[in-house]
Amino acid sequence: MALGIEISGIRLGNPTVLASGILGTSRKMLERVIENGAGAVTTKSISLERRDGHNNPTVIEFDAGLMNAVGYSNPGAIDAASEFSDMQKLDAPAFVSIIGKEPGDFAKVAKMMENKGFSAIEIPLSCPHTPGFGTLAGQDTPEKTYEITKAVVKSTNLPVFVKISPNIKNIGDVAQAAERAGASAITAVNTMGPGMIINIDARKPVLDFKVGGVSGPALKPVAVRCVYDVYESVKIPIIGTGGIMSGKDAIEMIMAGAACVGIGSAVYYRGIDVFGKITAEIEKWMDKNGYNNIREMIGAAHE
Amino acid sequence: MNELEHVHMGNGHGLPEIVKIEKIVDENRNAKTFFLDKRIGFKPGQFLMVWIPGLGEKPFSISYAGAMTGITVYLKGKFTRRLFEMNTGDRIGIRGPYGNGFTLKGNACVVGGGAGIAPLAPLIENLDDPYVILGAKNADELLFDKRFPDAMITTDDGSKGFSGFTTELLKNILKERAFDVVYTCGPEIMMKKVFEICENAGIKCQASLERYMKCGIGVCGHCEIDGFRVCKDGPVFSSEQLRIMESFGKTAKLKNGEKVSIEDYTRHRYE
Ligand SMILES: Cc1cc2nc3c(=O)[nH]c(=O)nc-3n(C[C@H](O)[C@H](O)[C@H](O)COP(=O)(O)OP(=O)(O)OC[C@H]3O[C@@H](n4cnc5c(N)ncnc54)[C@H](O)[C@@H]3O)c2cc1C
Ligand SMILES: Cc1cc2nc3c(=O)[nH]c(=O)nc-3n(C[C@H](O)[C@H](O)[C@H](O)COP(=O)(O)O)c2cc1C
Ligand code: FES
Repeated sequence: MALGIEISGIRLGNPTVLASGILGTSRKMLERVIENGAGAVTTKSISLERRDGHNNPTVIEFDAGLMNAVGYSNPGAIDAASEFSDMQKLDAPAFVSIIGKEPGDFAKVAKMMENKGFSAIEIPLSCPHTPGFGTLAGQDTPEKTYEITKAVVKSTNLPVFVKISPNIKNIGDVAQAAERAGASAITAVNTMGPGMIINIDARKPVLDFKVGGVSGPALKPVAVRCVYDVYESVKIPIIGTGGIMSGKDAIEMIMAGAACVGIGSAVYYRGIDVFGKITAEIEKWMDKNGYNNIREMIGAAHE
Repeated sequence: MNELEHVHMGNGHGLPEIVKIEKIVDENRNAKTFFLDKRIGFKPGQFLMVWIPGLGEKPFSISYAGAMTGITVYLKGKFTRRLFEMNTGDRIGIRGPYGNGFTLKGNACVVGGGAGIAPLAPLIENLDDPYVILGAKNADELLFDKRFPDAMITTDDGSKGFSGFTTELLKNILKERAFDVVYTCGPEIMMKKVFEICENAGIKCQASLERYMKCGIGVCGHCEIDGFRVCKDGPVFSSEQLRIMESFGKTAKLKNGEKVSIEDYTRHRYE
């Protein structure tokens, strides 16, 4: 049976991809995630300047998922450029996630990350909890998506993945804008919301930033719908992300139209070896149901 | 649903719970123990994320077991200053316990320095007659020397006990006695030294490390040290793990991820 999949000319040994912002803070961390079975890995998002991010509490678990307002804390592009090198020597492809306030910032960071052996650049235009970035800066409109994607595509030879928000009505238009601007794949989706959790004894929101992006099981049905809609709108492959906890969740996402699946919160629920576990569960299900390769299942729910 | 059976679906453990401070004890010039009105099941070496609503959230090891769980806090910056202003009856949030904790073994030696003695205290109480070395800069900064009257005491300035470092005492005792394991927590430079002494003597070591924590639950990757998450894979690491940690005793990352020397990391204050 073939669990491998190719997206934008990049070969993945299995369809599980580490989502950005989970564990991807160093080369060694990514290496360890690959040892635990990931088909590909994504770095924590990197900005031009160093960022403290929001104050703690930044990540909390609630009944149906995680909520985070990490606020893009990262050491900045210069430090990241020295941390991440020779990425092609890892046993699976690595994607670098870059962020910026202006199209020019994205292009600069893209350039700085160019010769580090990454297989693709991911640009999240969709974070719901960081002022100056993502949805809070209006980067999720079709117009801005086109502009920023175009700027990054022009500045690099690497394939560009555009990561979109689940919080927009016209998600198909945004995906199409990315495709028109030269994106090689769509990562759908980022966290949902923002949401808020109030501790009634303290009479205060728990997250220090008060609001945060919702991920994990609560996000899954929304993410599946988003991927379904994006699949109908574009031809480029989709990295289906949001609430994937098990092999069956992954297959559901693939049937909605994803070519591979992003995994983040499940690292909390099932451990760092969740990638190998989910791959084994996908294989078992395919075996039982007579599928020979991932391709046969992509978009199956649309027929 | 079979596959999902072993998926740990959220049970709300991740949300802070508000607890009352029952009792506050002055331990020394720089440290206070806060006893909370809650019994918590934990393994020695595990920590809590302590939340002061509106101010922040920071990790503290559990230093006392029992009906009133205790944390022992050294005065550092903004957060600990606010804690020190609190009174009995005030409320704080906690989540956890998190981290792996120490693995209990037989014939043990325990080496603690400064605030590092806090997580070692419940360990000492769970070990069978361990050989304990507690160190501090001077007599005024010693922790739990009265709680553990049999412990060997060292001070850098000789104001109490053995004059010198814990590591010198450790080297001396290793000439006379054999141990199955050495547990250590304290300044990282001290732990590195303890580890090296253990390596030379062929003794297993377990060291409890600190790195800047954000999520505390193993997802954000911020507390990472050479691919290990201090909050989840640690904070206690074995000799095998310490051996391959290039940054152990050398570098650590600030709140923004900038890598600095371990000395600068410890000195750094966030105001
Ligand atoms: C696993 C673990 C267990 C700990 N147990 C204890 C304990 O039992 N008793 C005790 O007094 N201290 C303990 N600490 C350290 C404690 O978290 C810091 O002293 C505290 O966060 C200082 O906050 P501040 O605002 O007063 O000072 P700040 O000015 O914010 O920082 C002072 C120093 O504290 C450390 N620190 C600050 N924020 C964090 C953070 N979010 N995560 C980790 N370290 C941080 C840094 O080294 C910093 O240089 C522990 C740390 C870790 C990682
Ligand atoms: C703690 C945390 C940090 C995140 N940081 C980023 C980030 O830096 N960049 C980004 O594009 N997405 C970030 N995300 C979003 C994830 O990549 C992913 O899109 C989302 O969590 C949904 O997937 P999941 O349900 O599998 O977690 C973060 C998510 C979490 C939980
Ligand atoms: S603090 Fe987030 S992984 Fe340890």
